Amino acid sequence: MTDFLQLFLSGMATGSIYAVAALGFTLLWQASGTINFAQGEFVMLPAFIMLGFNAIGAPLLVSFVLTCGVAVLVLGWGFKRGIADPLLRFGMMPIVVATIGLAIAMRSGVRAGFSAEAHPFPSLFADKLFNIAGVTVTLADVGTLALSLLLVLGTQAFLAKTVTGRAMQAVAQNTDSATVLGINVPRMIFYTFAVNALLACAAALLVTPTYLAKFDMGESLGNKAFFAAIIGGFNNSRGALLGGLIVGVCENLAAAYISPTYKDAVALVIFMLVILFKPQGLLGKKAERKV
Amino acid sequence: MKKPQLLIGLIALVVLLAGPPFLKNYGIYLVSYWLVFVLANMGLNLTVGYAGQKSLGHAAFFGIGAYTVAILMKAGFSFWLGLPVAAVGCFVIGLALGFPALRVQTIYLAFATLGFNTAVWLVMRNEEWLTGGTFGINNVARPGFFGLSLDSNLSYYYFVLGVTLLMGLLLWGLLRSPWGKAFTALRDNPIRAESLGVNIQAYTLLSFAIGAVYAGVAGALFASLVQFIEPAPFTVAASIMMYLMVVVGGPGYFFGPLLGSAVGVLLPEWLRFAQAWYLFVFGASVIVLMLWLPDGLLSIPDRIKARRLSREASAARTAAAKSIGAAA
Amino acid sequence: MNKRQFIVSALGLVCASFALGASAQTIKIASLQELSGTGATVGNNFKNGMDLAIKEINAAGGILGKKIEVTHADTQSNPGVAKGLAQKAVDDNVFAVFGPGFSGSILVSMSETKRAEIPNFTGGEAASVTQQNNPYIFRTSFGQATSMPKVARYIAQNLKAKTVAVIFVNNDFGKGGRDSVTKALEASGAKVIADISTDAGQVDFSSPVLKAKQSNADVIFVYTNEEESARALRELRKQGVSKPIVGETVLTSQKVIELAGDAANGAVAHVGLTTDAPIPNMRAFRTKFEKEYKYIPDHNGIKGYTSVYVMKAGLEKAGKVDRAAFTKAMHGLQVSAAKEPGVILDVSYDDKGDLDRESFLTEVKDGKQVVKETLPALGKK
Repeated sequence: MTDFLQLFLSGMATGSIYAVAALGFTLLWQASGTINFAQGEFVMLPAFIMLGFNAIGAPLLVSFVLTCGVAVLVLGWGFKRGIADPLLRFGMMPIVVATIGLAIAMRSGVRAGFSAEAHPFPSLFADKLFNIAGVTVTLADVGTLALSLLLVLGTQAFLAKTVTGRAMQAVAQNTDSATVLGINVPRMIFYTFAVNALLACAAALLVTPTYLAKFDMGESLGNKAFFAAIIGGFNNSRGALLGGLIVGVCENLAAAYISPTYKDAVALVIFMLVILFKPQGLLGKKAERKV
Repeated sequence: MKKPQLLIGLIALVVLLAGPPFLKNYGIYLVSYWLVFVLANMGLNLTVGYAGQKSLGHAAFFGIGAYTVAILMKAGFSFWLGLPVAAVGCFVIGLALGFPALRVQTIYLAFATLGFNTAVWLVMRNEEWLTGGTFGINNVARPGFFGLSLDSNLSYYYFVLGVTLLMGLLLWGLLRSPWGKAFTALRDNPIRAESLGVNIQAYTLLSFAIGAVYAGVAGALFASLVQFIEPAPFTVAASIMMYLMVVVGGPGYFFGPLLGSAVGVLLPEWLRFAQAWYLFVFGASVIVLMLWLPDGLLSIPDRIKARRLSREASAARTAAAKSIGAAA
Repeated sequence: MNKRQFIVSALGLVCASFALGASAQTIKIASLQELSGTGATVGNNFKNGMDLAIKEINAAGGILGKKIEVTHADTQSNPGVAKGLAQKAVDDNVFAVFGPGFSGSILVSMSETKRAEIPNFTGGEAASVTQQNNPYIFRTSFGQATSMPKVARYIAQNLKAKTVAVIFVNNDFGKGGRDSVTKALEASGAKVIADISTDAGQVDFSSPVLKAKQSNADVIFVYTNEEESARALRELRKQGVSKPIVGETVLTSQKVIELAGDAANGAVAHVGLTTDAPIPNMRAFRTKFEKEYKYIPDHNGIKGYTSVYVMKAGLEKAGKVDRAAFTKAMHGLQVSAAKEPGVILDVSYDDKGDLDRESFLTEVKDGKQVVKETLPALGKK
């Protein structure tokens, strides 16, 4: 039983990381129909920027704040103006391919411009271990889970309770009506991109101590984030959290009890089942088809 | 086919036939590699470009074709048995993959195919008894053709060229037939198509199945080209690259895959002079290309025509306005 | 022939002779390295080591009076690409090919260099690399078939272990190592009771470590790549595993220590090459490398550096820049570090392309790799 709990808790910690990456991805899709295949790289770049600020002497939290600023500018505004705005009206294909190109460019840019190796990343949390009923948890595990939960619920609250948040939701649901109602649609869309950038920074801060900063860390993270987003529900932010946790926990349990070589398949099977029987995700709402 | 297209096609054919003997070994290998991807992407172009489906799992069929041939040849069977088995196998599996497409749309379909690709890749990597796992299958032989050996790079190139031309002609015929029109109807407005009596379920399944066959045949050729098969070229990342090649070339344009595969296969080679930055330049070029030509490279003639037409229209409007003003 | 044709052909002949003359002045080598993808650490370090050696040799006048000219190409850690690049090297008529380092890639690309009878140096450690009947392949480090018996002996005799849990990475490097170590352990009298597969790039090691713990083995053998080894060590410490942790080369490497921090302390590994060896030649190399590239090299850097000097020694023994003569000279070559300090350690090659050298048993103490014991070359006994 302790073994099961050990795996479960480790899985929750890993899964909450996927969840934060998935959240921004979901928001972007809802608000602007942008599929961002570079989402993993959006987490990788802030990680390296933070390392850069660290190297010139800034303490971790200061680097984080500075990086958030850079990210909103580059990954939020830059991404929107440079890629999303010109391409959105051409349907999904061009923007998908453009973000694929962006992912390749970002990955290779960091590799060529900085380093091809993995780098250690300072952790927010002190290196402490707790032993609860035979199960070992690190402070980082608990902290990551708690912070991710906070981020998700915070974003949810922002979207539901503030005026700006509700305006963003209105834009996501029906852009034309939102314009008619006098909502500044381009600005709301920009806010969505900015929130995505901030979430990616937060994910970087939480993930990189374990993942280690390397130019290709975005690849597997991005993949897992997609799966998490779909399982949880593309139309719902809380779904991202559920999806991420499911992916993280099931991977661990599958590796231990079924087969380590097929552990990725378990997340896959859940994913396929969800797609086939509940395509809007476990927590999502059905989107009506337009004729 | 219009006159200028026919002319370009003929010139291209001449270059493809006469050019390669002047290239060195590596050059011939590269051109063969490019042709194999042209073939695979023709299939993806059908599924994505003409039928409007979202498929991010094409590399899985590519891999199934390659492994089928590699495994059968290692077991002693001929390439000429492996090739049709690969094609038929991919057709059946492609049909099966089409079923989720009936239930889910666009982005969910994309991820379902992505999931399929991952599952296939996992089997390729783990089932060592069948596929050799990560060690792969080495020393896949090249086939003989009615007594002629296709061992040398040059002769195998001509073989690949022949198969690609044949399959290309088949696709051309398919697209000009009522089937082709049904596919484009499926892409443009499935509900309206259904109301006109087009069986969209059948055509959806077929678009996947036929696309898969092309990838499977390409995979079979790939196996004997590279002569070493392992799971790495058949990952989701490879599928995403194929999708990129189709969209960059121009989805829904017949020659799109030619250009798109050139961008995907040959461009990174030409960019090698950029040393460590070559992939960065490649990624950036893709972004620029999409921003400039969201409908792919082959949309250039259409855009020029559209611009000319709009200029003529506004000139006509100005002339009409002048004549009205003069009359008033 | 009219006047114009005569002038053109004369010019042509002159140019050709220049070209011929020019090429005879340099020794062209092609380097195929994993500069991107999963092998980026390996490839980049090997390349840097090579470049340093080439710079030194050229500055000192080259080999047999000729300078070395190298072109590095990126295999993207992809065997298909490696094969193509090998063909390109053959087309370019190079003297020798260095790399790729990944066992999967070298096994494929070497069929090209073998066919063209071009000497091929590689850092790839899989046992099968020298079992392909290729007289032109030369290792730059121990094959797993040489290193694993040494580790197994340490585990069975020094640690007196009877049961071992093996955590390995599911690729040709890891699986080859697992096969070799399992065989070597059985020969030494210990048994592998847990065979735990992990993925390249795996992040969460709670399940593999749990399995190792549950097996209650006397020793845990970890054979994965750099980042994964760091994560495994962290998880082992987190779950409070107190059994000895042993590895081969990677486990106590500089990068792993950097990434795993405190968790690396206590890990022991057999290492063929380490910059911490208490040998003046090694210290000198390390200083030079650090000065040039501003970081401490790992074993791949040492491999790259020494391999170029081995080529130099082989060429000098052969006496001329001729591939066949070189290959003959390499088989049975014995280079002493006293005569050729660039090879750092005495090394000898057999007729299969395997090398024999002394090696080291290292342990991580206080965040540094410390050499516990020097193990002699197998040939020396």
